[in-house]
Amino acid sequence: MPKDNGIGASLKRREDVRFLTGTGNYTDDISVHRQLYVHFLRSDVANGTINGIDTAAASAMSGVVRIFTGADFEGVGSIPCGWQVTDRHGEVMKEPAHPVLAQGKVRHVGDPIAAVVANSLEEARNAAEAIDLDIHELPAAVDMRKALEEGAPLVHDELGDNLCYDWGFVEENREAVDEAIKNAAHVTTLELVNNRLVANPMEPRVAVGDFNRATGDSTLYTTSQNPHVIRLLMGAFVLGIPEHKLRVVAPDVGGGFGTKIFHYAEEAFCTFAAKALNRPVKWTASRSEAFMSDAHGRDHVTKIELALDADNNFVALRTATLANMGAYLSTFAPSVPTWLHGTLMAGNYKTPLIYVNVKAVFTNTVPVDAYRGAGRPEATYQLERVVDKAARELGVDPVALRRQNFITEFPYATPVAVEYDTGDYNATMDTLETMIDRDGFAARRAASEAKGKLRGLGINCYIEACGIAPSNLVGQLGARAGLYESATVRVNATGGLVVMTGSHSHGQGHETVFPQVIAEMIGLDESMVEIVHGDTANSPMGMGTYGSRSLAVGGSAMVRATEKIINKTKKIAAHLMEAAEADIELKDGQFSVAGTDKSVAWGDVCLAAYVPHNYPLEDIEPGLEETAFYDPSNFTYPAGAYSCEVEVDPETGKVTIESFAAADDFGNVVNPMIVEGQVHGGLGQGIGQALLENCAYDENGQLLSASYMDYAMPRASDLPLFKVDHSNGTPCTHNPLGVKGCGEAGAIGSPPAVVNAVVDALQSAGKNVLHIDMPLTPARVWDAMNG
Amino acid sequence: MYAFDLERPATVADAVTALGADEAQALGGGQTLIPTLKQRLASPSVLVSLSGIAEMTGICTRDDGSLAIGGGTTHAAVAVGADVFPGLAGLAAGIGDPAVRNRGTVGGSLANNDPSACYPAGALASGATIVTNAREIPADDYFQGLFTTALEEGEVVTEVRFPVPEASAYMKFEQPASRFALVGVFVAKHADGVRVAVTGASENGVFRWSEAEAALNDSFTADALNGLSLPAEGMINDLHGSDAYRAHITAVMTKRAVTAAC
Ligand SMILES: Cc1cc2nc3c(=O)[nH]c(=O)nc-3n(C[C@H](O)[C@H](O)[C@H](O)COP(=O)(O)OP(=O)(O)OC[C@H]3O[C@@H](n4cnc5c(N)ncnc54)[C@H](O)[C@@H]3O)c2cc1C
Repeated sequence: MPKDNGIGASLKRREDVRFLTGTGNYTDDISVHRQLYVHFLRSDVANGTINGIDTAAASAMSGVVRIFTGADFEGVGSIPCGWQVTDRHGEVMKEPAHPVLAQGKVRHVGDPIAAVVANSLEEARNAAEAIDLDIHELPAAVDMRKALEEGAPLVHDELGDNLCYDWGFVEENREAVDEAIKNAAHVTTLELVNNRLVANPMEPRVAVGDFNRATGDSTLYTTSQNPHVIRLLMGAFVLGIPEHKLRVVAPDVGGGFGTKIFHYAEEAFCTFAAKALNRPVKWTASRSEAFMSDAHGRDHVTKIELALDADNNFVALRTATLANMGAYLSTFAPSVPTWLHGTLMAGNYKTPLIYVNVKAVFTNTVPVDAYRGAGRPEATYQLERVVDKAARELGVDPVALRRQNFITEFPYATPVAVEYDTGDYNATMDTLETMIDRDGFAARRAASEAKGKLRGLGINCYIEACGIAPSNLVGQLGARAGLYESATVRVNATGGLVVMTGSHSHGQGHETVFPQVIAEMIGLDESMVEIVHGDTANSPMGMGTYGSRSLAVGGSAMVRATEKIINKTKKIAAHLMEAAEADIELKDGQFSVAGTDKSVAWGDVCLAAYVPHNYPLEDIEPGLEETAFYDPSNFTYPAGAYSCEVEVDPETGKVTIESFAAADDFGNVVNPMIVEGQVHGGLGQGIGQALLENCAYDENGQLLSASYMDYAMPRASDLPLFKVDHSNGTPCTHNPLGVKGCGEAGAIGSPPAVVNAVVDALQSAGKNVLHIDMPLTPARVWDAMNG
Repeated sequence: MYAFDLERPATVADAVTALGADEAQALGGGQTLIPTLKQRLASPSVLVSLSGIAEMTGICTRDDGSLAIGGGTTHAAVAVGADVFPGLAGLAAGIGDPAVRNRGTVGGSLANNDPSACYPAGALASGATIVTNAREIPADDYFQGLFTTALEEGEVVTEVRFPVPEASAYMKFEQPASRFALVGVFVAKHADGVRVAVTGASENGVFRWSEAEAALNDSFTADALNGLSLPAEGMINDLHGSDAYRAHITAVMTKRAVTAAC
């Protein structure tokens, strides 16, 4: 019988009651007494010199309180970058300044130039139109290859060129890899583009800055995945506000997908302006602003070469990638194409020699940073595409080629610096092959052909590194922060629990899942546990939610804190029952003394902690509240096998997904329904990338896909009913829950499955198509078919 | 959005009077105009809402057999109410999403004449008559290029009369992002000949494909179109498809429309 409580129960999400009945509390729902509104005047050219900003007429307009420009931020810090990459030559990356408002130059369409603060949004917008800008437009660096050429327009003049870093990994392997490729029996080469995406959370970004003149405290309400990180970055690096004078609140957040990790100029602006004006200042992004100011995702151009020996064993892998940074370095941007990408290039395979080269390039486009999967989708896509191409070139079954090269013994140290703790790639592949009735494919293909359609099957594997991350390791790799997580467990006098966590929930369901874990540990009903998060004033320093880390890292912190609570309650129970602590057992919310019928209830022990009349005060403190910080000793390595079956209309090039299956190893699973939901969402975004989504600029740096008229989002009707399985969990060996993380897998594993399937369909019609760049729109597929 | 006044006349006459004001603009279902206002791309001082005008809504069959649809009738109403003209009902049912169909109107769509909109193809292939407060305009004279029509300033589309063809179908190939027509082809077989109207494809807006009409007049079968193609020149070339692709898709959709109509 399925469980109805604790670990393993598919409990419905508590938070959905408020989300689905319109009673959530999002940042835009927060309005502060006497608040003003800000409208940002943004650049409409990609590259230009600011010769003058005349705000005189605009400042005199109705309702205008003040107009700020870059000059007002001269004494203020630059928006910081949280990761410093060291390149092949031992040099640190180039790190240009990123002012809150543009100073001297504008560097992308959407770069904020002036901020109009007024009594109403309408008045702010009216005045913004009256600002007289004198901007000299310059040629823009847009295409990465051209941006690296001699004489290309410069994004940052002071840097001398547009190269942020030239990273080699593992540099010591470079020559050995070159040699192995030269001598290999077969080398498969593929050049591909990982298309630029816009994250498009349903809720656009919002910031409300507030300042209390009486106390000197600043408060920022913001749409963030990690309020403590924003407090640290903005307080310490931009505005110079000590953390005890700055509170950051991220209430209900309507989707993040990575783009709400980063510290943005608008947050710093609202906090700064609230103090300068002594009135709260609110900004709510329009959807159009979101397209040109939320950090974008992906945007890699890669050449990958896979070398095989005469027996089809992978012997070496070499990649060369150009990674777009956009105009400024967003918070984690430098880490995405390097440590979140290069370290995953082994995939599920025991390739002994790997070399990854990444050149990060500045362009006159919106900054690019982590988006669901961040670096790992880029790694998986190129690897699983090149393996598929190799199988085709060698005339072998693509699944057999993969199985032959699978890593089967764990722990496994890859040649790209990480050690996989557990996994069973054959098990997930076995499950996948039964889920999809692979043997029946020929008949399904024949049925499609009878209707005049082509049918293709694409299968691939993926592995990712989640549970980010061991602080000492990432410190060596350039992180400027630790990546632990924290939890405070407070037990109230009547036995209910409140968990204050540094993890942040913006759709993941923490408020449901975290109580399940505690309920299991103590033997209580999960309704006894409440989760508090999203406010630096009421939760311990935490690093937030991204990289599928919340349960693996935040959940582990919570387990550790709960263990401390259990230890203490056992001491109290031992005292109350006059027994030895070692004999106390806790089960179903009852403490008992082993071998006797003595027992005392959880609630009575908790009450004793707060009403310590009969209590060992000489040994332990009253009260029941514990905090733990958990720093993982390794990443976790979710992995799996995905398959996609498509039909292609040969007359139009339109691709329809007929079925999609995912067999994942997430280790232990706490709430299967929520895990499935996470996989579904990830698959939706991965299929969106593969078939629909494309953030495009023209050669002048104008954003072509600046609204939903031109940026295609996946819809329910574009997706099949997914088949998902997570029965092959090999528990993570180094965190207390044995969990691995499931938030990004779907988006990581699905794009190659779709592209593999479409190539397979076209090949079945005798078309010599070996690759099509995403998104596989009807026009692109048709163009590929018709040479 | 800039500030504006809102007028809600109850009759066409009052609407026309209200539209005489400086910078006045008609508001149909607002599905095009409201987003335009939000982007501050238009700044009318008065919006004259047509949605409260009873004489402009509804569907009926006229004595000559043609279908008369009030200019303020929503796409949703046409989708269920134009059952005598299934090609047109199908076109209306495929516009946007339920929210768009419950607000957007026939008159608004034809007045706007978006090069990717569906109704222009339906009206042109049907040989419809666009009736305004002032006159009756044959569809062949009405569409004058991208977002351009024969309408004068302040003129209101009060009704559209659609001759009901013997057979018809609309085939829409969706632009992946907007889901408007990347190419939409309306084929209508009338007693006096076949009309084929194409939307979404051309840089000059909706047009009739006369070679296809001639071929279909000889034989109303998809095979009659074999070998017929349109030049890529003059077709829209954008992020979603090249001019050559649009020309190709036009031919494919035309054949499919004929098959569906047969
Ligand atoms: C998400 C979305 C998807 C859509 N998808 C499609 C689609 O697939 N296919 C498609 O064809 N369309 C589509 N549309 C457009 C939709 O059909 C609109 O309803 C239509 O284009 C405009 O009609 P309206 O009544 O909303 O007019 P409004 O937006 O109110 O007005 C549009 C213009 O017409 C004028 N006007 C309005 N009514 C009249 C009248 N009776 N006489 C004279 N002038 C008038 C207005 O002054 C304005 O200039 C979509 C719209 C949206 C928002």
